[in-house]
Amino acid sequence: MKGSLGRLARIFLTYSIKMTTLLLAVSVISFALVSESPVDPVQQYILGLGTAVSPEQREQIEDYWGVDEPPAERYIHWLSELLQGNLGESLLYRRPVADIIGERFLNSLALMLCAWVLSGGIGFTLGCIMGMYQGQWPDKILKRICYIISSVPTFWLGLVLLLVFSVWLGWFPIGFSSPVGVLEEEVTIWQRLYHLILPAFTLSLLSFVNIALHTRQKLADVLNSEYVLFARARGEGPWTILRRHGLRNILLPAVTLQFASFAELFGGSVLAENVFSYPGLGSAVSAAGLNSDVPLLLGITLFSTLFVCVGNMIANLLYGIIDPQIQEVSL
Amino acid sequence: MRLGNRRKKLILLTVVMALIFIAIYAFGILIPEEEIAGSFLEARRPPSPSHPFGTDALGRDLLLRTFKGLSVSLTVGFAASAVSAVIAILVGIGAAAGARWVDGVMNWVIDLVMGVPHTILIILISFSAGRGLKGLLIGIAATHWCSLARLIRGEVLQLQSQPYIAVSRKLGKSSGWILVHHLLPHLLPQFFVGLILMLPHAILHEASISFLGFGLPPEQPAIGIILSESMGYLSAGLWWPALLPGLTLVLLVLLVDNLGEQLQKLLDPSSAQE
Repeated sequence: MKGSLGRLARIFLTYSIKMTTLLLAVSVISFALVSESPVDPVQQYILGLGTAVSPEQREQIEDYWGVDEPPAERYIHWLSELLQGNLGESLLYRRPVADIIGERFLNSLALMLCAWVLSGGIGFTLGCIMGMYQGQWPDKILKRICYIISSVPTFWLGLVLLLVFSVWLGWFPIGFSSPVGVLEEEVTIWQRLYHLILPAFTLSLLSFVNIALHTRQKLADVLNSEYVLFARARGEGPWTILRRHGLRNILLPAVTLQFASFAELFGGSVLAENVFSYPGLGSAVSAAGLNSDVPLLLGITLFSTLFVCVGNMIANLLYGIIDPQIQEVSL
Repeated sequence: MRLGNRRKKLILLTVVMALIFIAIYAFGILIPEEEIAGSFLEARRPPSPSHPFGTDALGRDLLLRTFKGLSVSLTVGFAASAVSAVIAILVGIGAAAGARWVDGVMNWVIDLVMGVPHTILIILISFSAGRGLKGLLIGIAATHWCSLARLIRGEVLQLQSQPYIAVSRKLGKSSGWILVHHLLPHLLPQFFVGLILMLPHAILHEASISFLGFGLPPEQPAIGIILSESMGYLSAGLWWPALLPGLTLVLLVLLVDNLGEQLQKLLDPSSAQE
């Protein structure tokens, strides 16, 4: 066991170093991209103030922000503030970016977690069914459905679900994470869940295909092996074989794959949140981009990268656990 | 004999799908701009024989707008995929055939691009280019090459261990000669199949980024724009601007995806004998 722990620690260490270099590179690239933008941040700030600004005041603001400094100097200034935990102030919401990210991430996390668990569950179950009936009609039908779903854009699926369940049937609310006109403290957990169902369902339909097809392949490999043939010869039924030989071999790879899919999950949540006007990070990032809110845009970009990296790191650690070579070392 | 028939059927199917694809594209391109400009008298009409997809809030015919939008999406998607596929083949060959450190750097860059959610990266690039077509093209081209590059890298690594390449090398052929005469002919089918399989993703990304408001300008008849406009009328019961253009997009993506798979079956040497 000790050897395996040591190896895991090594994976953890190398990945942490890699993650730091990746985050640094993302910060440089995104900063360069944002400073390339033709949008004038001072003009945006003044527009946001809503009052007239004299040329002298404008000069003062420019001086305070250091607009005329070379980009490299500005970058280093921004990075040193960033390392002290100061992400700047959002132009759009007039509040510290860190606060907005923290608050909205909780909303997004609830949404993404639901979708993540749901898509994992649906995908794994369907994958098992497809693998069990490989080549027969349930497999063929489900495979076709999987291919069709992977061609459907998330936001359109969201629109259709919204149309059917909210507008026509009236079962679900049109948007937002809580009822309109109710105080924040009075919103119950059930109301929150109720508002979460449609966006979470939309988001999970996006990602279950991957896991289903992967599980199908893995299970097919297991069922074609000689030990399963022997188990059949002993008289084990198909469900016993799935329980005894299948699940043990395919569950961890599926979980690993699920952790490695954080990037698609986050990308999908941007679209789903915009369709359902759900107040999470995804709707904040598009609002930030459309209103030229540079600090918020940079903050969310870095945060989403961190989020994806953490997912990849967990996937890598899990790979370390399921890799048979490690188990040989530990024996 | 039977096998030959199956292959013929496959080729026929591919040709028919390619023709449908070209027909949709040509139909979209040939629609003149004036046809789309509608009149307010005909605003918000549900689907009828004269307007099969109905009309939008400004009285524009949605069928024409949808197909015009599809042709725009296809152009953007094709251009971006082509650039992306070229990047992929350069990176793939560079990583596999170059020095060890080149491989390391390429892998790091791939991890970097995969590490940022694509939607966010395209939003950033589009923001940097001041929104519009240019940012959209660069954004989609910059995010779609990773998996094809990895595939090509693996392919080149495998090819390089083949005996005939070793023989070629022993005969004193230069790396450039081997690249042109041995590697590229092998990679060309991969390249085209990769390109066509990339196209649906590029089209879907184009639509979603335009939907978010970072892609094409609002006056352009793009699918993303139509759907984003339709959101405002959804609660008023206008179902056709949301449902029909999106469904057409899905069908087009399915068609392109299927076309890519048939081509893969036709071009892949391991299944060419079937």
